[in-house]
Amino acid sequence: MNFELTDNQKMIENMVREFAEKEIEPVADELDKESKYPTEILEKMAPLGLLGIMIPEKYGGAGLDAVSFAIVIEEISKKCAATGVVTEVHNSLVSWPIIEYGTEEQKEKYLSILAKGEEIGAFAGTEPNAGSDLGSMETTAELDGDHYVINGQKTFITSGSEAGVLIVFAKTDKEKGHRGISAFLVESDMDGFQVGDIYDKMGINANHVSELFFDDMKVPKENLLGEEGDGYKIALSALDRGRIGIAAQAIGIAQRALEESVEYSQQREQFGRPISKFQAIQWKLADMATRIEAARLLVYRSAMAEDKGGNVSKYAAMAKLFASELAVDAANEAIQIHGGYGYTDEYVVERLYRDAKITEIYEGTSEVQKMVVSRDLLR
Amino acid sequence: MEIIVCAKQIVDVSDIKIDDKTNEPILKGVDDKISDIDKNAVEEGIKIKDELGGNLTVLLVGPSEATENIKELLAMGADRAVMVPWDGSSSYDVVSKIIAGAIEKIGDHDLILCGEASLDLFSGQTGPRIAALLDLPQITYAQSLDAEDEKIVGHKDVGGKVVSIESTYPVLVTVTKEINEPRLPSLMDILGASNKPMDVWDAESLVSDDLQPGLETVEIKGVPMERKKIVFHDDLDESIEKVVEKLAKEGVLG
Repeated sequence: MNFELTDNQKMIENMVREFAEKEIEPVADELDKESKYPTEILEKMAPLGLLGIMIPEKYGGAGLDAVSFAIVIEEISKKCAATGVVTEVHNSLVSWPIIEYGTEEQKEKYLSILAKGEEIGAFAGTEPNAGSDLGSMETTAELDGDHYVINGQKTFITSGSEAGVLIVFAKTDKEKGHRGISAFLVESDMDGFQVGDIYDKMGINANHVSELFFDDMKVPKENLLGEEGDGYKIALSALDRGRIGIAAQAIGIAQRALEESVEYSQQREQFGRPISKFQAIQWKLADMATRIEAARLLVYRSAMAEDKGGNVSKYAAMAKLFASELAVDAANEAIQIHGGYGYTDEYVVERLYRDAKITEIYEGTSEVQKMVVSRDLLR
Repeated sequence: MEIIVCAKQIVDVSDIKIDDKTNEPILKGVDDKISDIDKNAVEEGIKIKDELGGNLTVLLVGPSEATENIKELLAMGADRAVMVPWDGSSSYDVVSKIIAGAIEKIGDHDLILCGEASLDLFSGQTGPRIAALLDLPQITYAQSLDAEDEKIVGHKDVGGKVVSIESTYPVLVTVTKEINEPRLPSLMDILGASNKPMDVWDAESLVSDDLQPGLETVEIKGVPMERKKIVFHDDLDESIEKVVEKLAKEGVLG
């Protein structure tokens, strides 16, 4: 048992922290207020290897472990949670399934593009009538000679309007329920691919979340990821890895909420002394810090299950459940500590509060995480 | 071109708080890091190496746990590191002697680069002391450098005038933070740093003199800054006028 990060992981943490302070923090408010996608930030992240964290070196990535991935996502999310989720989806939900299930040709073609950041990745699973219940999806894929023809629509797709490479899930056999789902590697310039509305959201505004429509979209047969019917398994295993990332994003939000609160409470004076001298504030800070430390250990535990073998589903679900609820609570307390000022957009805690809520919803709601954990207990 | 860059591990001064009662800096829980301006020196060394060819060695005299931080300089692009663990006196004269001894042991050196000063105590003495001990010419406070195969020119701003100083090699140059923007290592560079050579040398073996300090740091205290807590209750325009007047009187405004 060792609770220390390795030398390399510490260096990665320092590097990403410095990058986020220099390149993300100065523009994060503007990206949020103007709902601008973080294109320039992503362009700067690519040469640092941050868009190919777990992609093997032979395809141009860094070939790193899941703990390093979690460290990167936390540090980015501390400064901009929207950039955090874009990075998370690109590295885990999109790159990981290709690493795990892709053919050599698919890996050579798509992983190198993703690692270099030439295209951003998106994961198209959710539909208007298929959220937590992925098995009820209605998008179909029919084999027609050398191509699959995909019809249907997706919704709430992170980077949907910006991505060049997408993993799209569709039913190749409608009779088989979730066992009839297959996964496809789709390029956004394929005929029949169309971006719908980009949602106006409560938070993570710099992340463009959109509808996607597929109208007789022809996808080459060789772009089937895994075998026909593997889609559900691919989606769930990818989401396990994604949840490590979302938990890390939530910790980034909570850690920022704590740091802002510590600083503000030492500056803000009421009744003749800094409010940090009052026990009411001290206890809030202590609770936040304790829960953050616990959440971080849970995230590293789930990442180690990924790296060293173990029950990734269970630990990732626990980590995401615990960390996302913490993010919401920590941001809420941070606003309370900031008082009226915290409710205005002059202080970042207001953005943290708006950004935190989604971590309890996407990549599996808190309720779904409890299903995953309890299913493991009651096998 | 054989380049040596001297680096120092310091406490992260931006993270230091001052104890209300004792007025002493609270160092507990403060992280260590490589002094920022030393990274400018490494960056400049890498640029010169990329242009003229050669090797870049980073040299660090300091606490043994600094091996973790020195790896960051290897990740930036240094070819090799020499670490001299030293937990004895951190007095400038002692440390300069050890560094000079290590440079002699490294052997070939055309260009020695140092930060103008370390961000913790900011004495600015170490670079010039090393030059003196090794009997080398020195260019100090360089804000830009033009390095060629046979000579190097350092430029610095002195009272609004640019002074350019030329030297042949070997030479010691201290640089300021304005000289460049140190690069961030990529994830791949960080992984590659572990495979680069790092020698660890014993300090005592490098210096024949005794290592008793001629200088002693007596104490380090915070600069007390009391808030004056003056509140202006007039309407906005009048208050602004009074604030400006007050600040001018205090000498804060021109």
